[in-house]
Amino acid sequence: MLTTSEWSALELSLRVGVCAVAASLPTAIPIAYLLARGAARASWPIQAIRWLVQLGVDLPLVLPPVVTGYLLLVCLVPGGPIGSVLDRWFGVRLVFTWWAAALASAVVSFPLLVRTIRLAFQNVDPRLEIAARGLGAGPLDSFFSVTLPLARRGILAGAILAFARCLGEFGATIMVLGSSEGRRTIPLAIYSLSHRPGGMERSWRLVLLSVGLACAALIASELLERRQSLRESA
Amino acid sequence: MNRLSFCCRHRHPSGFELDVAFNIEHQVTSLFGPSGSGKTTVLALIAGALRPQSARIELGERTLVDTARHVCLAAERRRVGLVFQDHLLFPHLNVEKNLRYGERRRAVGARKIDFSQVVEVLELGELLARMPRNLSGGQRQRVALGRSLLASPELLLLDEPLAALDAPLKDRILTYLERVVAQWKLPTLYVSHAASEVERLADWVIVLRQGRVAATGKPGEVLHLGQGTAASEFKL
Repeated sequence: MLTTSEWSALELSLRVGVCAVAASLPTAIPIAYLLARGAARASWPIQAIRWLVQLGVDLPLVLPPVVTGYLLLVCLVPGGPIGSVLDRWFGVRLVFTWWAAALASAVVSFPLLVRTIRLAFQNVDPRLEIAARGLGAGPLDSFFSVTLPLARRGILAGAILAFARCLGEFGATIMVLGSSEGRRTIPLAIYSLSHRPGGMERSWRLVLLSVGLACAALIASELLERRQSLRESA
Repeated sequence: MNRLSFCCRHRHPSGFELDVAFNIEHQVTSLFGPSGSGKTTVLALIAGALRPQSARIELGERTLVDTARHVCLAAERRRVGLVFQDHLLFPHLNVEKNLRYGERRRAVGARKIDFSQVVEVLELGELLARMPRNLSGGQRQRVALGRSLLASPELLLLDEPLAALDAPLKDRILTYLERVVAQWKLPTLYVSHAASEVERLADWVIVLRQGRVAATGKPGEVLHLGQGTAASEFKL
């Protein structure tokens, strides 16, 4: 059985992951769609904007997570550009709360989410949207009635992958959340335990839990993508 | 009957420029020509799937496109039914939901085409609960035709709807098309490179070649003029 602190780490990890993915999806879906449907023959300013958006989306994928966390910390501290606004207008301080951990996880997992959803949209025949428009559906209507339902499994697979990435997030999280008792996600708890005498042995349960969660997420994502492929080939 | 007036210059993806002008005043007009002559591009321009560089397209009293006046009606407001060669049924919706997709989005004041009548004429009654993946090629094409009709279009565009079907099935679908034309009397622009289909269905033929109108006339005049006619040129 898990100890109280291990349960606490599991509960915090799940809460951070769910909130990060839920908060990312409304932004990731339109960005992924625009990147998937961007016309190859668009004018150069449009192409340049697409390239910049793509760069911005992919940046957290290649930046060291600690650097992402550092940048977030600079923005979120009460004197920072975002932190000062939140503090002055809403009286909210995000730094060293689980909300900051959720934000860090959302930023780090965002490229993975957008890439998977973009692939899902690319697998939907764009001529189906043309057919829908010809039948009287406006652009939003055709998106919600045709494109989104056809891409839903890919979107769900992306959400699961991003959630798994959030569960494993360490570098950015430790920068904005710190590592005090009762405020540790699973990776932070493993790190903390492994630096104590006898901690390596005590870490095993959390390590196995992490591996189990990651495998379950990968299997679920793979199954969803296969079902989508089977459906398309049918 | 609504008259279509089409005048357009547009750079074709294969390199040559489409420079076509024609009027449609007959019940069924066929755009006839070899692959790459610009037939499908013309349909895409009328349906709003492509934005032309320079064009004026009018359907009845309505201007669909007039680039000189910066008018370009959105595809969903053109009331033009387009049936694709590969049907493009929505794979996540069953036949009935596919058929009703356009019916639910019909323009206010548009002439209503009755659901049960379409189901009867195209013999779709037994297919309503089926998913598109469980239909044969001919059944899919009938559903696509019915779906377009139920959106109550003012003009029907058929983009080689029989090209992917075998000969006996083509004959059956042509019979359905004849029924549709007789029943609803919609002006129809039928794209094909098969002389036999054009001869059977069309009242008037516009022959396209390399993005230009090469000839126009009745099917008998244009398709059977002997040496050098469209039919022989296209090796049909």
